[in-house]
This record gives sequence, structure tokens and C-alpha cells, in this order.
Amino acid sequence: MATTAAPTGGARNGAGPEWGGFEENIQGGGSAVIDMENMDDTSGSSFEDMGELHQRLREEEVDADAAAAEEEDGEFLGMKGFKGQLSRQVADQMWQAGKRQASRAFSLYANIDILRPYFDVEPAQVRSRLLESMIPIKMVNFPQKIAGELYGPLMLVFTLVAILLHGMKTSDTIIREGTLMGTAIGTCFGYWLGVSSFIYFLAYLCNAQITMLQMLALLGYGLFGHCIVLFITYNIHLHALFYLFWLLVGGLSTMRMVAVLVSRTVGPTQRLLLCGTLAALHMLFLLYLHFAYHKVVEGILDTLEGPNIPPIQRVPRDIPAMLPAARLPTTMLNATAKAIAVTLQSH
Amino acid sequence: MAEAEESPGDPGTASPRPLFAGLSDISISQDIPVEGEITIPIRSRIREFDSSTLNESVHSTIMRDLKAVGKKFMHVLYPRKSNTLLRDWDLWGPLILCVTLALMLQRDSADSEKDGGPQFAEVFVIVWFGAVTITLNSKLLGGNISFFQSLCVLGYCILPLTVAMLICRLVLLAGPGPVNFMVRLFVVIVMFAWSIVASTAFLADSQPPNRRALAVYPVFLFYFVISWMILTFTPQ
Repeated sequence: MATTAAPTGGARNGAGPEWGGFEENIQGGGSAVIDMENMDDTSGSSFEDMGELHQRLREEEVDADAAAAEEEDGEFLGMKGFKGQLSRQVADQMWQAGKRQASRAFSLYANIDILRPYFDVEPAQVRSRLLESMIPIKMVNFPQKIAGELYGPLMLVFTLVAILLHGMKTSDTIIREGTLMGTAIGTCFGYWLGVSSFIYFLAYLCNAQITMLQMLALLGYGLFGHCIVLFITYNIHLHALFYLFWLLVGGLSTMRMVAVLVSRTVGPTQRLLLCGTLAALHMLFLLYLHFAYHKVVEGILDTLEGPNIPPIQRVPRDIPAMLPAARLPTTMLNATAKAIAVTLQSH
Repeated sequence: MAEAEESPGDPGTASPRPLFAGLSDISISQDIPVEGEITIPIRSRIREFDSSTLNESVHSTIMRDLKAVGKKFMHVLYPRKSNTLLRDWDLWGPLILCVTLALMLQRDSADSEKDGGPQFAEVFVIVWFGAVTITLNSKLLGGNISFFQSLCVLGYCILPLTVAMLICRLVLLAGPGPVNFMVRLFVVIVMFAWSIVASTAFLADSQPPNRRALAVYPVFLFYFVISWMILTFTPQ
């Protein structure tokens, strides 16, 4: 009777307090607390009892298996005896539960396998795509294929960061609020991600057939031209050379990107808007990178050419009227010496 | 428990075995070490400790860790194709190297006029985030190396560049000049090549053979940036 009452009592306990008195009357007779010892008075045929028995057997098995490990754990934690074993089991269960939760969260959020298909490239493919990014293709009648990979663009952005750092260091750029490395990374990644998003938005407006991944890849490979130009002109400080490379190399990579976009857009106004924006941003970025982070060039030219005043006025200013004409060569020497000093100072 | 049931039922045994006697024959797994492979727990073949490492003195703990770090330094300085660095990875060495490098590279931040040089936090962030990026890249390319093993290798291979930094600082005591610059340039280039060779020797085996160049290129960029920071360092 007690057994049949127990499951129903258990079911009723959840229903409300009004049924609790029924169980008390059966069990303890007047005691407000249900005595756990009396619950053991059961026959072996109850379903719950079999479950309990199995649980106890399993626990004993686990205990026997883990006896050696627990012995070692007990030494480690300094707890011995039955009480120590119980608390160790509890701690072990908490550890298991916590580990399960942590690994589930980790595999959900830190799953880098989402990006894995975009890095599935071979070195030969990367090399050929780098070379192709400088060659504009003529046919714009059907959409050109863009490889949707992220390895090449990411490596090119990092290379640009490294080249920019090199340029900033040789020109002794002073960054007031921030650091050199932070500025370089911010500039390059900001350009890649920001301009890609902006052009993708414009492409959405102009109904062009391009996805965000393809835009990222296209612009990333377009930075190859920038890397070449900056690498050469940060080491050879000639303005004319820079302008030539800007037009030639920068122009080639821009035209390639423009050709791809034109092949994927319909309508002359849309093509003009999209490609004009991209071309302007791309070329201006190269100009910006060269002039913002390359001060030695400016410094030398200023010293050699002198400030912007008409040449006829310079002579009376440099030479006082009383002094002999031998002063003239010294002023020229001073200008040259200053230029050399600036160059040496950068190293 | 099995023996307890058997021994009373078998009157032929000469000496009744005590309960749980066979349990001591079971091989006990060693303490799971705080360094080592992250996927498979290591069963060390040498039973160095028969008690837990909590009871040993602080001195012996520190000496043990320092010896492990020193052993790995030797492996980096004389790179052979071995996987000691991979098998027993630890992050103490990279931490020591990174902190040393960052301390030597920082400028006096007293004058804000010319603070174009890296600060301590900048070097730290560059080293650790660079290593994380390279590890993610090599995992995405299909490498079978664990996250911390790769961090360990990349961190330990900064050792030649730290040595280069020490030499550069000593050379700079002699005074600036073009000869000074050439000496520093030569030292940094040699150490840079050494770092790349060392890290390639450890990391190359974990990549698929046709993609090794793709995995080595970011390592090259990483050590290039660090070498550049070392080369252009000028004390105030």
C-alpha cells in the first residue's frame, strides 16, 4: 500500500499543498516531516525500485572503476574517506557538466569551419589570380567569373600593412594619437572592408550581379597593384616615377575591376555610377597612401627648391648688402647640406 | 569484490587473498600534466613522480618548468626535424620572450613629441594576434595541428629575433652611424632567416604538401614586421 501510495503521492505533491496531508496520514502519523527511512519499506516489484536498484548498481560499477583514479585524486585534493569521496563525485559531475556546456558553446561560436571553403586554394591558383588582376579583359558582354576566395585578399591586405609600416618608418612619420601599427592596420583593413561594403551597396542599388564575397575578393586582388607601386616608390623617392606607376599599374588594376563590374551590370547610367565610384576611390587611395605617409620626399623637395616665392626676391634676402660676393656659395652649400642631413637622419 | 566471492568458495587456496588486493596491480594513470597534447592525454613512460606535484617545493616546480623551456630553446636554436616542441607544448617560453622583446622595444613615453615607436602593449598585441591569425590560417588551409601547438612553435621561434634585439642594443651603445646600421641590418637579416627556417622545420609537416608555401607566407610577414620593429628601434 505504501508503494502504491508513494508514486501517487509523488504525483500529487506537485499538484498543490492540499494533497500533502493525505501522505502524512499514511506515513508518519502526525509528523510534519516525511521520514525518508520509511520510504524504503517496499517490495521488489515496483518499477521505481528497479530503477533505483539499477542506478545503485551503476554507481557501484563507476565507483569500482574510478577507485584508482579517485585514490589518486583524493591524494591530490587531500580528502580521504567516504565524505571526501562523495564531495569528489559531486565535484566531478559538476566538472563534466561544465565541460560539456563549454565545449558546446565553443563549437557553436568558434566554429571556423564556416570559413574553410573560402581558403581552399592551391599556390598555383593564387599566383595566376595575382597576375590576372593586372590584366583587364575586353569582353564585357557576359558576366566574368570572380573567384570567391579569401586567402589571397587577406594576405594582400597584410602585405600592404607591412609595406605601409616600412614606408612610415623610413619617413619618420609621427602619429600623435595612436600607434604606427594601429594606423597601418586600421587604414588597410578599413579600406578593404569599408569600400567593399560601400561598392556592394551601390551594386545593390544599380542591380549588379555580384555578391559580397566576390566584391571582397575583387577589391582584395585589386590591392596587388597598390602593393607593387608602394613597395617600389617607398624605396626610390622620385615623384615622377610615382606618378608614372600610379597611372600605369594603378590604372591597370582599376581597369580590370571596372571591366568585371561592367560585365555584371546592365544599363549605362548604372555602369557609370558604379565604375566611376570604384575607379575614383581606388586611385585616390593609392595617392593618399603615398603622400600621407611619406614625409621625407616632401622635406627634401622643400629644402632644395626653397619656399614658394619668386626667385628674384631670394638673393637680397639671403645676402646682406655689405658682405662680399663670397657669401653666395655658402648659402647654396647650406641648402645641400641640410638635404643630406635630412636623408641621413631618417636612418 | 570478485575475489571476496571467490576465496571463500575455493577451499584449495593456501593463503586467502585479502579483499581488493588486485586493485594495486591496475596501472594508475599519472597526473595529467599541465603541458602536453591537448587532444590525447599523455601517458608518460617514466614514472618521475609517485606523488602529486602539489607537494613538491616551489623551487623544484620552477626548475622543472625552466628546464623544459630551456630544452625547447635549444631545439629552436638548432632546428632539426623533431616534434618535441609539438608534443610537449607550453606557453611559458613564448611569454618570457614576448615580454622581454616588448620591454626592450618600448620607448620612454615621457616625451610625447616623438612617440612613433611601439609601446609595450603594441608589441604584445602584435605578437599574440599575429600568432593567432597564422594559426587560424594554417588550420583553414587544412593543417592538422592544434591551436596551442602552433602558438607554442611560433612563440618559441621568436628567440633568434630576441637575440638580435639584444645584439642591436649593444651595438647601438657604440653610437649611430652608417656602419652601425649595416651591422644591425646584417644581424637582423640573419636572425630573421633563422626564425623562418626554425618555424618551417616544425610546422611544415602538419600542412598538406602542396600548400606549404601558402602556410609559410604569413609566417614570413609576421617575422618581417617584428624584424622591422627591431631594426628601426633607436633609443632616445
